[in-house]
Amino acid sequence: MTSAAKKLLMDPFSDNNPVTIQVLGICSALAVTVKVDTAIVMTLALTSVVTLSNVVISLLRNVIPPGIRMIVEMAIIASLVIIADQLLRAFLFDISKQLSVFVGLIITNCIVMGRAEAFALQNPPKDSLLDGLGNGLGYGIVLITVATIRELLGFGTFLNFKIMPESFVGNGLVLLAPGAFIILGLLIWAQRTVSKYVEE
Amino acid sequence: MKFLFDFMDKNIAPLFEKGGKFERLHPLFEAGDTFARTPGDVTPSAPHVRDSIDQKRLMIFVIYALIPCILFGIWNAGSQFNLSNNVEDATLMTDLIRGSAMVLPIILVSYMVGGVWEVLFALVRRHEINEGFLVTGMLFPLVLPPTLPLWQVAVGVSFGIVIGKEIFGGVGYNILNPALTARAFLFFAYPAQISGDKVWVGTAHTAFDNSIFFGTVAENVDGVTMATPLAVAAAVEKGGDAIGALNEAGFSLFNMTMGNIPGCIGSTSAVAIVLGALFLLATGIASWRVMLSGVIGCAAMGWLFNVLPLDNAFAALPFIYHLVMGGFLFGIVFMATDPVSCSATNTGKLIYGFLIGALTVLIRVANPAYPEGAMLAILFMNVMAPLIDHFVVQGHIKKRTAYARALNNA
Repeated sequence: MTSAAKKLLMDPFSDNNPVTIQVLGICSALAVTVKVDTAIVMTLALTSVVTLSNVVISLLRNVIPPGIRMIVEMAIIASLVIIADQLLRAFLFDISKQLSVFVGLIITNCIVMGRAEAFALQNPPKDSLLDGLGNGLGYGIVLITVATIRELLGFGTFLNFKIMPESFVGNGLVLLAPGAFIILGLLIWAQRTVSKYVEE
Repeated sequence: MKFLFDFMDKNIAPLFEKGGKFERLHPLFEAGDTFARTPGDVTPSAPHVRDSIDQKRLMIFVIYALIPCILFGIWNAGSQFNLSNNVEDATLMTDLIRGSAMVLPIILVSYMVGGVWEVLFALVRRHEINEGFLVTGMLFPLVLPPTLPLWQVAVGVSFGIVIGKEIFGGVGYNILNPALTARAFLFFAYPAQISGDKVWVGTAHTAFDNSIFFGTVAENVDGVTMATPLAVAAAVEKGGDAIGALNEAGFSLFNMTMGNIPGCIGSTSAVAIVLGALFLLATGIASWRVMLSGVIGCAAMGWLFNVLPLDNAFAALPFIYHLVMGGFLFGIVFMATDPVSCSATNTGKLIYGFLIGALTVLIRVANPAYPEGAMLAILFMNVMAPLIDHFVVQGHIKKRTAYARALNNA
């Protein structure tokens, strides 16, 4: 893999993370991270949607009329989300029920639209694929970290396996949305301290 | 003494100055040094205010004001234990010893764990260790039930110091009162250990039972169920009589004022709190505006609920009950007056205090799920304080501009 391609794929993991640096996709990061399994499924759904939408939009980038490009992008993303939603309902019904509306809401996730607008419209399909994959997984890594902390502190479990000893008392706050918000904030603090990133 | 100071200044202090061997540990040295003696530093830039009271003395005055609450809290925790566990040979002495065994570890853990965070942030950020923690570390244990597990005290105070204060930049920059942030964290994270009716009185499962110091526990009680006055009042059925229910549960206006009832360690006794409040007002440390308007707000909201045609027994309670029940009085005297998180303008303080009083009663009466309305009311108004200040300042500017215009036109 060339270094440029590697940068496209790896940048969203730390230096340009969509959640901790660009602060996008916060709503779903709070809503679906009570347990690790929902976070993983959400990551898979979002990663496949953002990767495919990037590729499709990149392929069409020279034929989309600029005046209606947003509508075209929305139509493509919405179709992909509906496919993802239907697949989840068919094969992972229980988890799809827990995720409820949040799979459908991937349509409005700023990361998907943002990558289409900022990257796929100007770049060839191969780069767009790597960019979509990187951003989807960069989002996922934050999601799964937050979910791991919340499930561990709230239920004392990881992927529904009991980890903490019997005497462990679950923390009720981390299971509530404000708890997720605080954990996400601490994560952003830690990451920006390490990467020395400063908001301009 | 002079010899000792000279020795310190010549030989020890330079080690911690810039370029010294222990430069990074300067905050630690500075804290110990200024704690032991008044520093000789002179303010290098204007204004040269000369005042013998610095932040350290100011914070220590608040601790002095808390002494009645601490002592009463210790006695009360022991006394409630001995009453509920059928200790037959209980005396004032055994009450105090039992109470100390329950309360002092909580205070100690609060200071030690909180202190570690405080020092850690001071060292990493290279600023001085701030005295504000002296008060936070004492206020927090006083609003906890005496049976709270010590690890929860540690987790709570860590959250209060780090999330409530340090991430904003330390004392002076925090939006919320750190001690109350810590309590709110425990309240939502571990509700079973800080609310309900099983946590206010200790049981004979702690160590050292039946030794001569503690008195004899006649029979081991598994868990003491004792509701606080707030819980009793909130549980009264529609159309019931709240005062009657309180009396039946053993809470008269008199013993709620004296404070020999189950509840949080330091906040049961109105008498002890008023003693502390008088000291704070006499020394001018806490704002009388916040306290006075807080009590007026409580009275106004209580009166409003009394005259409104509501089918709620709690609403019919005279406001004087709201004043002595739960943590309102403690909150308005020691926590709402926190100079950092309360409103800065004088008019703002009046509004801020009034709304705390009114909101406390509103939360208590309207939402029985949160009997301790004072905590939430103060935190909510902490958040609103800058907004109040903004409007007060804007209003002032408007008035002055209008005045200046009128002068110009005349």
